[in-house]
Amino acid sequence: MTTVEEHRTTVERERHARVADAAYEIRMGVLEQGEAQGEGYVGQALGIADVLAAVYCDKLKYRADDPEWEGRDRFLLSIGHYALASYAALAAAGVIPREELQTYAADGSRLPMSGMKTYTPGMEISGGSLGHGLGQAVGMALGLRVQGRDDQLVYNLLSDGELNEGSTWEAAMSASHWQLGNLIALVDLNGLQADGRTDDVLRLEPQEERWASFGWDVQRVDGNDLEAVLAALDHVTETAAAQGVPKVILCDTRLANGVPVLEAKDKLHFLRVAAEEWPIAKEQLTAGHREAQS
Amino acid sequence: MTATTTTTTADATTSAAPEAVPVKRSAAMIASIADPGVPTTSAPFGHALAALGERDQRVVGLTADLSKYTDMHVFAAAHPERYFEMGMAEQLMVGAAAGMAAVGLVPFATTYSVFATRRAYDFLCLDAAEPRLNVNIVAALPGLTTGYGPSHQATEDVAILRGMPDLTIFDPADALDVEAIVPAAAALEGPTYTRLLRGQVPRILDRYDYTFEVGKAKVVRPGDDAVIVSSGLMTMRALLAADTLSADHSVELSVVHCATLKPFDEATVVAQLDTDRTAFTAENHTVVGGLFETVAGALVRRGIAKQVNPIGLPDEFLDAGALPTLHDKYGLSTQSVVDRVLGALR
Ligand SMILES: Cc1ncc(C[n+]2csc(CCOP(=O)(O)OP(=O)(O)O)c2C)c(N)n1
Ligand SMILES: [Mg+2]
Repeated sequence: MTTVEEHRTTVERERHARVADAAYEIRMGVLEQGEAQGEGYVGQALGIADVLAAVYCDKLKYRADDPEWEGRDRFLLSIGHYALASYAALAAAGVIPREELQTYAADGSRLPMSGMKTYTPGMEISGGSLGHGLGQAVGMALGLRVQGRDDQLVYNLLSDGELNEGSTWEAAMSASHWQLGNLIALVDLNGLQADGRTDDVLRLEPQEERWASFGWDVQRVDGNDLEAVLAALDHVTETAAAQGVPKVILCDTRLANGVPVLEAKDKLHFLRVAAEEWPIAKEQLTAGHREAQS
Repeated sequence: MTATTTTTTADATTSAAPEAVPVKRSAAMIASIADPGVPTTSAPFGHALAALGERDQRVVGLTADLSKYTDMHVFAAAHPERYFEMGMAEQLMVGAAAGMAAVGLVPFATTYSVFATRRAYDFLCLDAAEPRLNVNIVAALPGLTTGYGPSHQATEDVAILRGMPDLTIFDPADALDVEAIVPAAAALEGPTYTRLLRGQVPRILDRYDYTFEVGKAKVVRPGDDAVIVSSGLMTMRALLAADTLSADHSVELSVVHCATLKPFDEATVVAQLDTDRTAFTAENHTVVGGLFETVAGALVRRGIAKQVNPIGLPDEFLDAGALPTLHDKYGLSTQSVVDRVLGALR
């Protein structure tokens, strides 16, 4: 006989393993897309893989065979350049075929380099211009609520660079004004933007205090610690609509996480990788995943 | 002559010949616009601004997290004390540039064209243009110069800005134009907007008897059979098309280059069009609200009934993909210009 406690830890362990497998699959999908183009926003995508795995493979309500299903939660990718991470997550979630990742950014592909609603099933907004996601998320969260559907959650994944834009803070203020408990912002704090380190470009800290002062429920986690990410997501989904407070999870992530050859590179905003390095990257990813499993 | 764009080299990516590699690599953000055989100059804007900064201590540079992608990094390295990274906050950057101009500086501020126009329009209009401040917006990726999709393709930037009073709009054809525009923009009292060509920028106007002058259209190449009024990189394409038309088809195409789109040199352009030659406009911009309509307005105002064939982008959101593919598809490649001219003459 297993005790209730033992049963719970077994369930938790299985859940963790399932999400870890999904994160591995997403990272591999990212590398495959990177290899198909020889370059791209690979560092960011590897860094955010754990968060996406937790959202897509544990939290998000959707129907893989019906991406337009009315009752779905919404996941808004603000950051169009992270599209390859979303495509890999959509493949892991069964929304798009895994083989299609090979067409990433090719002429005529449904998977353009910058994520867009009109091209790809499962993409909720057209990204590319940064600082547009949170405002649309406010509209969706508010719109669902006035229709009595605030059991449907709206997630928005932002980057730290997007915290430079005034529009992000306009939306942040609005979300707490409208008491949007069904709105969840995930912020990827990877410390980088186009011209260099966020600290050098435009200082963002103190992040917890800033969001809290805007009326948000704030958590800050290591975004590459699956356990911590899942716990933070559990907190927001458990307290979602009822509480009437928008929630933000600030995720400190490491660029190219899980792939040492790529982590070692310095120009990480847009990675160019030699053809012979991709197989090494994949081997390292697989080795790391095996080690973590054992 | 084969389509010139299929072998275009890119500075951020290498696109192989399509027959060798079925999946063309995307242009990503930055792709070269140089046709084969056209020499290039590296970062002409950055070097010209750094040189101007040597001579004029009032010159300052601002960017919105895009210094590396707009050639501003050259100025930043030369004059770090007069370089300001404003973060990815385009509205703030334009407002702050206006503030700097108001206290006596001469700011040059860079971002991509889409963000300068779509995002920061209100700030440029009221903070800089209405007070007639010396704010110089230098915007990369004008028109269709990236395969990154509608978020980055500024297909309507001129249409957005043309209605702004007191704004001077430059559309340089090549590196020489860019180099000449930098000091000219600083010397103008009011605000300017330049459709920047960045990275490895083609150099072609030095083959002709041409000098840049603010507000002037120039007949760069004479020709008796047809005339094309062009601006920006389409002047380069028109000149290359004219070479092909002359060599292979005995068609002499005149090219009239409008490096300043506003104020527009109506007198020169109308005089060139009010002839019996077959007429075209060519612009790296939607056919709505840009050079074509500027030219049409100038003709109509004078009561001149003249057919003008517009070469430009369609009124639609364009595809994402490799830039050479897109220039062929949407008719901006050199070969497309050749075909359009021959088609109209037939
Ligand atoms: C409004 C807007 N301004 C500028 C850009 C150009 N741009 C693309 S990515 C980027 C950096 C933004 O920071 P972040 O998303 O944190 O970068 P990353 O972590 O991916 O390096 C910039 C400035 C853009 N896409 N949108
Ligand atoms: Mg970042």
